[in-house]
Amino acid sequence: MVSRPSSDRSGATAVDGPLRPSDHLDKTGERGAADDGSPTQPVLGIVGWLRWGWRQLTSMRTALVLLLLLAIAAIPGSLVPQRSADPNGVTQWRATNPDLYPTFETLQLFDVYSSVWFSAIYILLFISLIGCVLPRTKHHWKALRARPPRTPARLSRLDDHVESRVAVPEGEDAAGHAAHAVDLAEAQLRSARYRVERYDRNGVASVSAERGYLRETGNLIFHGALVGVLLSVGIGGGFTYTGQTVITEGDGFVNSLGLGYTSFNPGRFVDTEALTPYSITLDRFDVTYAPPPSGQAGDFAAHVTTRFPGQKAEDQVIEVNHPITMAGDRVYLMGNGYAPTITVRNGAGDVVFSESVPFLPQSPTMTSSGVVKIPDTGGEQLGLVGFFYPTVATLQSGALTSAYGDLVDPRLTFFVYEGDLGIDNGDARSVYALDTDGMTEIAGRNADTPSLELSPGQTVQLPGGRGSVTFEDETKNGAAESVKRYVSLSIHNDSSAPWVLAFAILAMVGLFTALFVPRRRMWVKATPDGDAVTLEYAGLARGEDPAIAIAVADLARRHGRVLDDEPASAPAVPANVN
Amino acid sequence: MSFDDISVLLLWTAIAIYTLGFLAFTVDLARRSELAIKAQDAKARTLVAAGGGGQTIDEIHAEEAAAKVALEAAPSKRGRYLFARLGVVLTTIGFLFHVGADVTRGIAAGRVPWSNNYEFALTGTMLVVMVFLTVLVKYDLRFLGAFINGLIVILLGGAALAYYVEVVPLSDPLKSVWLVIHVFVASLASAFFALAFALSIVQLLQSRRERVALAAVGSDAAPRTRLPFLRTLPSAEVLESLAYRFAIIGFVLWTFTLIAGAIWANDAWGRYWGFDTKEVWTFVIWVVYAGYIHARATRGWRGTRSAWLSIVGFTAVLFNFTIVNQFFQGLHSYSGLPS
Repeated sequence: MVSRPSSDRSGATAVDGPLRPSDHLDKTGERGAADDGSPTQPVLGIVGWLRWGWRQLTSMRTALVLLLLLAIAAIPGSLVPQRSADPNGVTQWRATNPDLYPTFETLQLFDVYSSVWFSAIYILLFISLIGCVLPRTKHHWKALRARPPRTPARLSRLDDHVESRVAVPEGEDAAGHAAHAVDLAEAQLRSARYRVERYDRNGVASVSAERGYLRETGNLIFHGALVGVLLSVGIGGGFTYTGQTVITEGDGFVNSLGLGYTSFNPGRFVDTEALTPYSITLDRFDVTYAPPPSGQAGDFAAHVTTRFPGQKAEDQVIEVNHPITMAGDRVYLMGNGYAPTITVRNGAGDVVFSESVPFLPQSPTMTSSGVVKIPDTGGEQLGLVGFFYPTVATLQSGALTSAYGDLVDPRLTFFVYEGDLGIDNGDARSVYALDTDGMTEIAGRNADTPSLELSPGQTVQLPGGRGSVTFEDETKNGAAESVKRYVSLSIHNDSSAPWVLAFAILAMVGLFTALFVPRRRMWVKATPDGDAVTLEYAGLARGEDPAIAIAVADLARRHGRVLDDEPASAPAVPANVN
Repeated sequence: MSFDDISVLLLWTAIAIYTLGFLAFTVDLARRSELAIKAQDAKARTLVAAGGGGQTIDEIHAEEAAAKVALEAAPSKRGRYLFARLGVVLTTIGFLFHVGADVTRGIAAGRVPWSNNYEFALTGTMLVVMVFLTVLVKYDLRFLGAFINGLIVILLGGAALAYYVEVVPLSDPLKSVWLVIHVFVASLASAFFALAFALSIVQLLQSRRERVALAAVGSDAAPRTRLPFLRTLPSAEVLESLAYRFAIIGFVLWTFTLIAGAIWANDAWGRYWGFDTKEVWTFVIWVVYAGYIHARATRGWRGTRSAWLSIVGFTAVLFNFTIVNQFFQGLHSYSGLPS
């Protein structure tokens, strides 16, 4: 750099400003041990090495390197699907890259943000941060009570320095006028919210002033608040639980483990026995579809009836962006779909299955898939793999598809399997998947009988007198639509969230003051010089302060003006100070 | 003619005017180069006897001081570079058309015009120009005009060609007051980062020229300067401190973006943070700029190294906006483009 780095400003005097790591730009004088390989270091004992290591860890350079490492380490999590955000993505990735999967798994690339290496970086970063902030807080605490330092002997050595000479008015001595001038400057600086201290000596009057302590305060608050965010997230995670449930129109859910949830993830300290047993019943699910071709779905609204034990029921609406709150739980609308009501009869005509089965949407036009498992038919177990098309259309290949998300021409198709469902041995099985390994296809692509195809209200026979399948028309039961809809709800309890938010806002306030409040020192010195007084104004920026030169010039100009208006030293001063 | 048609028409007009502005600013830089070379030639002629083509330290300091004064001069007291003034006028007119395009798009959509990639680009670049023109009142940054106009023409033209989508209704998660706040503040932050990015690039060029000029002090040969107009620009240190000022404003706005986004995510998705791809990149950008701010205060990192961080930071912003929005799987798939 051609011109003098601005840091030299602070280097002009040895200053006891904010305590900085040894490799901070504003740190002057002794070069700290953090400057690697300093040959002047004495032989280190264990304590010495520990101290050296601690200094290394809390140095600016280490913090900087850790920050950049953190940024780099976060990136793989956006390239590789993460279990936390996208578990299905991980399964898919495994299927497409079976060879790479074990390596990636070993490297924890599917759990980047809880991986050993990512955690190591941020934990070190936070230790470094705390190691830096704690001593600085102590130091700042002292600085807040200290007086501005003695006026430097030679103000002209400072970068931002203005000098002028004023004549002493008739009938006054030079020393008196100098003191008067500094009195005025003192008042002026004080009203500009500087902390001031007079240093008058040998007839030379001077005032030393400092402002912007808030800058370091903000800095410390910002870093402290980040620790607060991390702790809130870390500790709060133990008390957080999230659960998912699926409710079909007309059905309900009870907030109790084993009753209502399809999945439930409690934190370490959650008492799962102590959930408030409120209930939620889905009365109706509303959705609108834009006309084709976009067909975009929107205005999702789940009309529910909620009830706490022993209290009156309440009608509520759950929408996207508008969760409802139940006993501290937030209940979110996460998804929706169709739940065709299917009745299966066996060969004897007995009903062996009759339920509304939630089908998972596979496309924006709501082509959906679902599975029906019937263990007790009186004969062989039956499994049905179905597709549902709310508005059926035929592709050129002859395959069916859905052309639109709403119920215009609903159609349900089934492949039917017979054999062992594999659920008798107690293994957990997804209700949305059928393991056909031990089963024979009796209707479908690989069977003599083609797949079953039904419209609402229709019944088709299973081959070989095994019975029949009915796609129930719900309008017959008084419903507004032929097929029921379902919603998937997500229930969250995160009592740490308000803490995280509070710390985040605190961090932002701290950041704002740390970056935009200038910290600076100002000095005004008046030296009697025959029948005149030499006035010197100087400023010293403490940290980034683009406006310091303007501030010094401003001070000099305004002080000059006040001095012109009040040239006499006598009575005006005491009334004006404070 | 629908409002959206009018918007597209206004947009292409704006692009055309920005292109003219780019040309004017480029001519301005060329003329500055010419002036700088002439000055050097004149000096070389007079100093042949004295033996020395390189500048003296005093001359370099005088040049820097003059550039700093020029940077902070009030608009009425600035160098009356004809083409720079023309560039400012053209950029301002282009900006008015740009605002027109943005507003009519908003009217056509019946909502804020920032909810898919095309509209993000439309509004984001508008904010870049707005910040640039506003800053011009305080600092004479007309030397950035060519860069800014060039960047805008590429981004806006690219967006109009590759990202244009018809107005469609908002998807449910976007129907939130946070769309107005979160996305707007993110765009505004990006605009400040863009300006810091431009200054950091000029800073790197300038600091290389300064090294060459310093090395040539006292030598016989005049230093070779590839971009002579740099001699009329502020010193690398002044450029750096300006870049820093824009970057920290951007950083505070970005911090707000993160927090507002988390609040919104908590309403829409049931968690305030989930390391969704877009969240990851927003976090990465935040950390890079945090690193930049620390680098500025770390011995050995101020200057060129920290400038690179500012450049990396803005590159990540662009990456986040284009590649991540378009190609990365995640909850923030609001590019509005077919995947």
